[in-house]
Amino acid sequence: MNDKPITGEKKVFMTGNEVVAWAALAAGAEVMFGYPITPQNEIMHYWTRLAPKYGRKFLQTEDELSAGFTLIGGVLAGKKAFTATAGPGNVLMQEPMSMAEAMRIPTVAVIQQRGGPSTATVIYSQQEVNLTCFGGNGEGLRVVYSTSSHQELFDYTIKAFNTAWKYRFPTFVLADGYQAKMRESLVIYDPFEKMEMVEPEPFVGKPGTPGVDRKPAHLRNAYSVEEELYEALSKDIADYEKAVPELVEHESFNTEESELLVIAHGVVYRSAAMAVKELAEEGRKVGYFRPITLRPFPQEQLKEAARKAKQILVVESAYGQLYRLVRENLYGADIPLKTMFMPGVGITPEEVREKCVALLDGKEA
Amino acid sequence: MVEILPKMPKSWNPESKPHKFCPGCGHGLVLKALGQAIDELGIQDRVVFGCDIGCSLLSWDFFNVDTVQTHHGRTTPVMVGIKRANPNLVVVAYMGDGGGYAIGSQHLVNAATRNEKITCILVNNTNYAMTGGQMAPTTMPGQKTETTPYGRDVEETGYPMLGPEMVAAITREGAYAARGSVAKFAQLKKYIKKALENQMAGRGFSFVEALSTCPTNWRTNAAQTWQFIEETMTKYFPLGEFKVPEGKED
Amino acid sequence: MGKVTRIALAGEGGQGVQSVAQILTEAAELEGKEALYIPNFGIEQRGGVSIAFVQISDQKIPAPKFKTGDIVVALSDRAVRRVQVHVGSETVFVYDASIEGVEEDLPKNARKILAIPALEVANKKLHPRVFNVLIMGAVIGATKVVSLEKAKEAIEKRLGYKFEKSPELQELNFRALEEGIKLVEGMEVE
Repeated sequence: MNDKPITGEKKVFMTGNEVVAWAALAAGAEVMFGYPITPQNEIMHYWTRLAPKYGRKFLQTEDELSAGFTLIGGVLAGKKAFTATAGPGNVLMQEPMSMAEAMRIPTVAVIQQRGGPSTATVIYSQQEVNLTCFGGNGEGLRVVYSTSSHQELFDYTIKAFNTAWKYRFPTFVLADGYQAKMRESLVIYDPFEKMEMVEPEPFVGKPGTPGVDRKPAHLRNAYSVEEELYEALSKDIADYEKAVPELVEHESFNTEESELLVIAHGVVYRSAAMAVKELAEEGRKVGYFRPITLRPFPQEQLKEAARKAKQILVVESAYGQLYRLVRENLYGADIPLKTMFMPGVGITPEEVREKCVALLDGKEA
Repeated sequence: MVEILPKMPKSWNPESKPHKFCPGCGHGLVLKALGQAIDELGIQDRVVFGCDIGCSLLSWDFFNVDTVQTHHGRTTPVMVGIKRANPNLVVVAYMGDGGGYAIGSQHLVNAATRNEKITCILVNNTNYAMTGGQMAPTTMPGQKTETTPYGRDVEETGYPMLGPEMVAAITREGAYAARGSVAKFAQLKKYIKKALENQMAGRGFSFVEALSTCPTNWRTNAAQTWQFIEETMTKYFPLGEFKVPEGKED
Repeated sequence: MGKVTRIALAGEGGQGVQSVAQILTEAAELEGKEALYIPNFGIEQRGGVSIAFVQISDQKIPAPKFKTGDIVVALSDRAVRRVQVHVGSETVFVYDASIEGVEEDLPKNARKILAIPALEVANKKLHPRVFNVLIMGAVIGATKVVSLEKAKEAIEKRLGYKFEKSPELQELNFRALEEGIKLVEGMEVE
């Protein structure tokens, strides 16, 4: 049995779903729980082919509820474990994720966004931002990384395990059907050679007899009185707030020079970045801001980036899900917000460019 | 000299006693049977107890064993995940009839079909008790509940679910399925112990339904309570073993 | 925008456009270029037109899909109709000369329209099974996005296990590639 799925570094050309399977393997994930839904299926396909070679496990469950709850069980027993889902599967996944949120269980879930609402398309969208950031009956105490390339898909899937186990909040890698299905190049590597990897530990089944050698683990998410819940939740919220500065990640370009600030995330950021860079090269005063963590949101960083902006353009393959986050996090800033919403369809650099030019030339209010 | 058994099983958590169930509730008896079985098998150090939502959630600190209180119907998959991640543990999914037969029925059916090496104990008290006494999949024909105020009409809502019979029908050799009753404590305890042993031997899915009492929602006095469980319920829900691995028959 | 070559390949299921796309992008990888390939995919249904979106460049490629291609290839009548949306004033539109009844449906706005006898050449000079490799040759000939050498290497990489069993297949595939390049020779598509 091989121990190391990857040694050193290796340039590869593969689909995003394959990237996720390799990243989870490389990060030392021991078990995947999953249920078929397009466009994430190939994560399971690659995992089930690769996992046995490295002594890793897989369970295909009866639905996403079960995938999420067996995932929670695997994590409670002390394993690095993960799942992957999309669309209606992500809806069902919110129930177990709210339990993970309540009980600080370090789950990792990869979301390959597809069209919505309902069954919609199996292809692509950015319409699962609300759900992934704030799904469940809770406060959104989660970490959501929005990736834009295969390299990031690899890097952040690995990072998700470290973040989850370090901070004990459910952690999501939010990609999409395009990223799932396309092929592009990236460098895969053994993260154990490059960075400190957070080790998992069991919540239940530790050595010794409970009540005799140690306290029993009595893990719960139900409280009989309001104050009890408030106390528990306040502690979690305080932990989350404390972690925010360490968690938030973003990328920005030309914000010091720009009158127009374009905001996009995920794969749409690629189109936005290309359009903006071209226009900047042509001497136009335009820059971009890209949140990598959608939850927590890089609020201070966005405010700083928007300081010089005279107008802001939010571009997304959804009808205002990123926009809502932007608006909330820019509260108080007196800058007109313009939008380019294309729910459920891809956005090309040409389309972003056209919109930017119209805004810069004052041809569009 | 006659050895006198302590009243409280060793695996119980004395700090959470007296327990939180209503007077006359059967949960305490089912958990006593489980506690004694754990003691006799000497597995307190490797049992993980999972409890559902409903009255079963009140058992979250009942034992001095590692315990996870989950969501309504989801205890089975959580225990499946734990068992698969650490097969050395002995896991118990403890749930009510609503959790097991309604909202979590897909998990029960599929865990049984996959022959997961876990033990499920399902408490059947013919109603959703925690939420105030609504109709459950196990409510008796004609039985009055908050959502069947004129009695359960089987033409409208079907007949009570026969869980162990179903589990027996869909599982293969190695699985265990039985129905006991808090009114027959020794038999119930024997079934629970066999269900744990069956998991420990790695033979297969082990399922025990325990007929139980709910005088609060049945609105019955002690005599009526015992009459309901021993006569009405037992007539419809026969006690006994429905599937026993080869060589483990009584 | 940038120096990205954008190629859309469309055909019926079984015509092998997705494997062409895969080999083509792998050849670009071997060349040390950046490549991005995404198939169109939707709810699985029989008889849909299969499209492969390929982009090759010296730099990182921005968006996974594009509106208009530099070269758009259609291998069936339905494909001709389906890919019209991806044709613009800069597009070289290539279709198989044997497709009948599409005269009215050919794009009006393309920079150039080429009818190539790929199916005929494949059937008469080679073998029907290498039709898609012939198309790949035509794409390479028209765009020069990868060298013949790297294209052969990529084919070897993907089909090498088959060549081991029957070495004549290697020769057949390489000939198809070269014939494909010849199909667009002198057509001034660059």
